[in-house]
Amino acid sequence: MLLDVRDLRVEFRTRDGVAHAVNGVSYAVDAGETLAVLGESGSGKSVTAQAVMGILDTPPGRITGGQVLFQGRDLLTLKEEERRKVRGAGLAMIFQDALSALNPVLPVGDQLGEMFTVHRGMSKKEARVRAVELMDRVRIPAAAQRVRDYPHQFSGGMRQRIMIAMALALEPALIIADEPTTALDVTVQAQVMDLLAELRREYRMGLILITHDLGVVADVADRIAVMYAGRIVESAPVHDIYKAPAHPYTRGLLDSIPRLDHKGRELYAIKGLPPDLAAVPPGCAFHPRCPMARDVCRTDVPPLHAVADGRGSACHFWRECLRGDER
Amino acid sequence: MATSAEPILEADGLVKHYPLTRGIVFHKQIGAVRAVDGVDFTLGRGETLGLVGESGCGKSTVAKLLCNLERPTAGAIRFKGEDITRLSGRALKAVRRNIQMVFQDPYTSLNPRMTVGDIIGEPYEIHPEAAPKGDRRQRVRELLDVVGLDPAFANRYPHQFSGGQRQRIGIARGLALRPEVIVADEPVSALDVSVQAQVINLLDRLQTEFDLSYVFIAHDLSIVRHISDRVGVMYLGRIVETGRDAEIYDHPTHPYTQALLSAVPVPDPAAREDRERIILSGDVPSPADIPSGCRFRTRCWKARERCAREVPLLAVPAGLREAGGPAAHDSACHFAEPRQVVPPEQARP
Amino acid sequence: MPEQPPYEPERAIAGTGMGGAMDLGASEAAGLEKAPGGPDGTGPRDKARSLWSDAWRDLRRNPVFLASALVILFLVFVSLWPSAIASGSPLSCDLAKAQDGSGPGAPFGYDGQGCNVYTRTVYGARTSVTVGVCATLGVALFGSVLGALAGYFGGVWDSVLSRLTDVFFAIPVVLGGLVLLSVVTSNTVWPVIGFMVLLGWPQLSRIARGSVITAKHHDYVQAARALGASDSRILLRHIAPNAVAPVIVVATIALGTYIALEATLSYLGVGLKPPSVSWGIDISAASPYIRNAPHALLWPSGALAVTVLAFIMLGDAVRDALDPKLR
Repeated sequence: MLLDVRDLRVEFRTRDGVAHAVNGVSYAVDAGETLAVLGESGSGKSVTAQAVMGILDTPPGRITGGQVLFQGRDLLTLKEEERRKVRGAGLAMIFQDALSALNPVLPVGDQLGEMFTVHRGMSKKEARVRAVELMDRVRIPAAAQRVRDYPHQFSGGMRQRIMIAMALALEPALIIADEPTTALDVTVQAQVMDLLAELRREYRMGLILITHDLGVVADVADRIAVMYAGRIVESAPVHDIYKAPAHPYTRGLLDSIPRLDHKGRELYAIKGLPPDLAAVPPGCAFHPRCPMARDVCRTDVPPLHAVADGRGSACHFWRECLRGDER
Repeated sequence: MATSAEPILEADGLVKHYPLTRGIVFHKQIGAVRAVDGVDFTLGRGETLGLVGESGCGKSTVAKLLCNLERPTAGAIRFKGEDITRLSGRALKAVRRNIQMVFQDPYTSLNPRMTVGDIIGEPYEIHPEAAPKGDRRQRVRELLDVVGLDPAFANRYPHQFSGGQRQRIGIARGLALRPEVIVADEPVSALDVSVQAQVINLLDRLQTEFDLSYVFIAHDLSIVRHISDRVGVMYLGRIVETGRDAEIYDHPTHPYTQALLSAVPVPDPAAREDRERIILSGDVPSPADIPSGCRFRTRCWKARERCAREVPLLAVPAGLREAGGPAAHDSACHFAEPRQVVPPEQARP
Repeated sequence: MPEQPPYEPERAIAGTGMGGAMDLGASEAAGLEKAPGGPDGTGPRDKARSLWSDAWRDLRRNPVFLASALVILFLVFVSLWPSAIASGSPLSCDLAKAQDGSGPGAPFGYDGQGCNVYTRTVYGARTSVTVGVCATLGVALFGSVLGALAGYFGGVWDSVLSRLTDVFFAIPVVLGGLVLLSVVTSNTVWPVIGFMVLLGWPQLSRIARGSVITAKHHDYVQAARALGASDSRILLRHIAPNAVAPVIVVATIALGTYIALEATLSYLGVGLKPPSVSWGIDISAASPYIRNAPHALLWPSGALAVTVLAFIMLGDAVRDALDPKLR
């Protein structure tokens, strides 16, 4: 396993109490595999990634338990300096908002080159050459000229390519992409996702794709972990989950999106709102919104039941859900 | 078919250019951003017209023009046959009662210093003739009820609500004056997936309940298909293709529409291998510097010399007119031909 | 429909990177069903809470605010009823007691002219508070009205006003005071106040203009316009309440600086002149005797410093409470 996250827990202390943002999340990614972490805002999907990367703001955040095994080493026990080394060469992250993730007063070539001067000890000149190569790699037209441009001189799609180039610079084993295309238009989104998929194949990297978009997931992921209120509620190979979801939340999400290929009648709507993380309902966190909820759901937190090989569902009634009862 | 014979709202050659100026006290014009550059459409009573396009295509400017928040540079907007773009004062105020807007961002579209009741009741203060004073509180409570909120929430403030609830409040405000047309500018794109469906269903229900006509503006093609009777696809300030939803989605003839549709991720992993993808090269040109002839030609794989010379008109293409059928709808392309890019519906379990 | 459990979502936390649209409080079972009746919406947190009342709640718990407010309340009291805590007149001086230390009825001793330092310091508060309050009111009214109109309507008047503020910013305040006030013969606070309004309004007009422009672009202003609201309604009901916070903050801080400016001008001999009572005059009069009678300098300067500091700290506390980014 390239990355193995085990029972990770993160909480935030705020003036309104303690919010349990991540509540025992476990997932694993192999080399060359794409794991999609699917969830709505506040599901804890981004916080998990930040904890894995070691870029969580502490305080207010605090990792209260779990392990993050990257190539066998627990990142949470490493010293900050060692961790930084891993972060440069082993793990890289792509953010949603490329404009704020890039330094506005430095030309993009310098920012890319910095990766090589700092981590690889190259000269400025060599680094510049590598920067142009990288920009070519992510198909930025006229890279040799544009290397001196500043971030604001690029379009949104191009900036996201630069972010990808930066992430790729040191040829990491794993890339975490947090909503990489959410801010982009569909045609540009298609370009960027295509590029990401191609580079992943080429470098045999692991990819964790954090998103709320079920369409993007279906297009690129091998496996999915669906998060709700800081927990993974369902985890499965991508084909299985779209064919027959084993958790009512996943099923609700799939039923609630309008389709491009047919008109459909009224959409299924999951009732209610995602819970506040400072006051997660007892038992199964989804029970107030669940059409299948029974008494046991209000008291007992469902464990991640093994539904099939490599497939789990945190629902007491996963069998019924899989059969499509009460749909 | 929801369309009735008489259109309720028409846009005719709508143009909005924003001047680019230089100068400190006296501004000298040095160019123009052609945000909307000749848009025509009609909206029938009880109908939903969807406008889709990528950022910068001018769809939000169209929304502002329709609601008289901006004055067009040229062209007319006719509400029941009367041009509303030249109105002012009392006549303009009267027309505003009939066309209301729902905004994209539920966090900035409600005044944070006003209670929800004041926000929804404000239309009655501006148009006192719409409801007698004693009735207003009751009306506000009814409106909250209609959009699925507890009427007891009337004295709370917007920041006490979630995004989806705020969007409902915005919709209630839009409904207060019983308008006939609602222009919704990306009403669900800021919401979570599970909440999106709630708001779309609400809009659907209100349409029948209040006999509303919608202009629904969005970048999400799936949502537009779900809610629209007819769809217009916009690119760089113009509608490049328009027709009934099945015509556009199942038989697109404009290359831009085809590329756009093929780029939309479909939530069905089974479709990913056999799907045809058209990946466009480059970015949308700047609306301050629009290409000559066909404005899509710089990114089009079909572009030929003629495209740089001649502006294609939005009409049923000559080659498709004879054949008839769903492919024979308005498309502004010299080389329009139908091509199926959305996979045919797969049987879902 | 399954029975709704007594679960109430409360305020969500604003954790970093948890996605933009966090859900803020207020319970609702959305969907198309109505929120269930009963206990819903009765919790103490669910009361109507305006941003102002939130700010007030924050302020009441802020020790900096409490301390500075206490000082300011005391000052206001003293300037309204100085005789309540000081006996005798500040003008009755006895040269025989010049430079004496503390004595009965004169805890702070006597200055070079034999005046009671305690009484003069107490009576000096009135001048300072009058100048500070009146100058701030004048500046705030004049500056923010002009700035708000310019920001709202824009166009040529906005350009003209902006250039005019630039011109005023270029005038050195003390030099301007020396030049303008030296020709004034009246020995009251009003010329000083007038001078401060004349030179102070551009600061507030700039702040007001900026915050009106920010507020103007919010969708709720567009919504009001789409409803047919008049300009005056939009300005007063929608823009002013949302743009007033920075004006209040800057005006509060400016109040302290106007008090200091009055003292400076009086010290230089162009503000108030004897026989008026002002801390500036006292500081000026005491400075030649700094070796023999430091107490005569210390008390008025100390009062001045504490007063100015109190207003600046009050402004800071108000800023923290009103800043929506911190909530």
